[in-house]
Amino acid sequence: MTQAQSRLGLYLLMTPLMLWLLLLIIVPHIGMFLVSISVKTGVRQYVTGLGNYMVFFTEPLYWNTFARTAFMSIAATFLTLVVGFPVAYYIAKLTRGRTKTTLFLMCLIPFWVSELVRTFGWMILLRETGIFSSFLQYIGVLSGPVEFLYNDAAIMIGLVYTSMLFMVVPLVTTLDSLDDSYIEAAYDLGGNGISILREIIIPHAMPGIVSGCIVVFMLSLGNYLTPILLGGKDSLWFTGLIYSQFITRFNWELGSAFGFLLLGLSSAIVWAGLKLSRQSLTDTVGR
Amino acid sequence: MIATIPQSKTFKWTYRVYVTLFFIYLALPLTVVCAFAFNDSVFPSLPWEGFTWAWFFGDESPYIGVFNERSIIKSIGTSLFVAFWVSMLSIAVGTSNAFLFVRYDFKFKEFLYILMLLPLIIPGIILGISILVFSNTVANNLEDATGMWFDGLRPGLPLVILGQFSFIATFATLVISARLEKFDRSLEEAALNLGASKWGAVRQITLPFLMPAIAGAAVVAILMSFENFNTTLMLVGSDAPLTITMFDRLKQGSTPVLNAVSLLLIVVSALLGIASLLFQKKEG
Repeated sequence: MTQAQSRLGLYLLMTPLMLWLLLLIIVPHIGMFLVSISVKTGVRQYVTGLGNYMVFFTEPLYWNTFARTAFMSIAATFLTLVVGFPVAYYIAKLTRGRTKTTLFLMCLIPFWVSELVRTFGWMILLRETGIFSSFLQYIGVLSGPVEFLYNDAAIMIGLVYTSMLFMVVPLVTTLDSLDDSYIEAAYDLGGNGISILREIIIPHAMPGIVSGCIVVFMLSLGNYLTPILLGGKDSLWFTGLIYSQFITRFNWELGSAFGFLLLGLSSAIVWAGLKLSRQSLTDTVGR
Repeated sequence: MIATIPQSKTFKWTYRVYVTLFFIYLALPLTVVCAFAFNDSVFPSLPWEGFTWAWFFGDESPYIGVFNERSIIKSIGTSLFVAFWVSMLSIAVGTSNAFLFVRYDFKFKEFLYILMLLPLIIPGIILGISILVFSNTVANNLEDATGMWFDGLRPGLPLVILGQFSFIATFATLVISARLEKFDRSLEEAALNLGASKWGAVRQITLPFLMPAIAGAAVVAILMSFENFNTTLMLVGSDAPLTITMFDRLKQGSTPVLNAVSLLLIVVSALLGIASLLFQKKEG
């Protein structure tokens, strides 16, 4: 293969990559940034300025929603970790062969199904005429129908459910690679369950914990369906604000500024997570 | 903690009960969605009024089944159309990227690789609005300059396809690269020694080797495209894919016809998912 041919090949293969990244990722984001710093002064008249960002900081509803979305996403991530870790450990360490494959597959199947269908399932379970309310009335705990939908707990259940897979899979993978003999050694040296968990298992599982947490946080932050459908009109989720600025109010400048703030928060958390755990993006998501 | 270490009976049983409860939690929403597809009532909720196939085959109002509901059938068609193109574009670009990143060394390779991963960590709704803003600006400028209409750049299926492709291409690239890395270059060299052209060797030796990964990536792309909501929501025009149609229905409150569609979706996606696992297994 001659030098010139190889160069030609390189350029030919580079073209689709560059077209994709430039036209669909980089330029649109620059464009969105430019829109977010243009302030409308009249019909089709704009000046450059940070006015849209000022609106965000001066209007309590906006930054409250932003902070609320961030905190609920952090809480959802933490809950997902706490709920998912024992299950991942069970699959990785306490099952073998066919049972292991079956349990793993059972974790995967719900996530091949559209998020919409999963959320719909929770609506049927939680609503006033739903399964939980009817069941609790049937066994006599409740005397009348109760609405379990449209509150923060419902949003939380939905978020944890939706992101579970992205926590369990990396956890199972890292826990699988932990040699049983380390746990045995720790036990022989007098460690008990808690100290083995704290000093052997969790440090080993750290890469999985971090990549799981990053993905779950991002998915919760950017989620639209679950908060809107399970939280109802007052769900106050930041993606909902972005949607209404773009589609309902047609205020693209403010919407773009919101979009950038969300992107900034999500990137900051991903970056901080990677820094804290000393991992690179390539190792974490590039698998 | 592991099988070789003695544990108290209570601990073992608590752990088993917890894991069982977890799997019930996972299965519960999907089970109720499926069950209520057969409820003989116009609301997908209790009480149970008896078993019926009406939500699949019914044709008398209000019992209009999936197969007789024009708008749902049409949006399934739209989703299939979008998924097909997203999947084709993603495997084409993914294969090209795999060759680029596995076979070549060039300036800024690391940087481009990280850039290639970025779509995975950008929230879908942001990908959607950035592409919406950009294509709209381009369309406005082109229309001002030429006086023609550029409907392809306004919200609609072409934008939905591009929006979904913008992040699904990353998955395709990762899956196909992983397979290409396992390829033994000497096979290609043997073909070249036997007189094959460069392209002939790639086509007859390397591409067949990559096929399981390419097929697996195509199936995953179809699944992801079919169930995508966030990016699609921002870019959709008058032709709505299935998830958007279902979302609109869901907000208004709908008949169990939605459960019937969901049941079909669950069955099809489980089958596709298992198919993609089988492709991966074949890679071995």
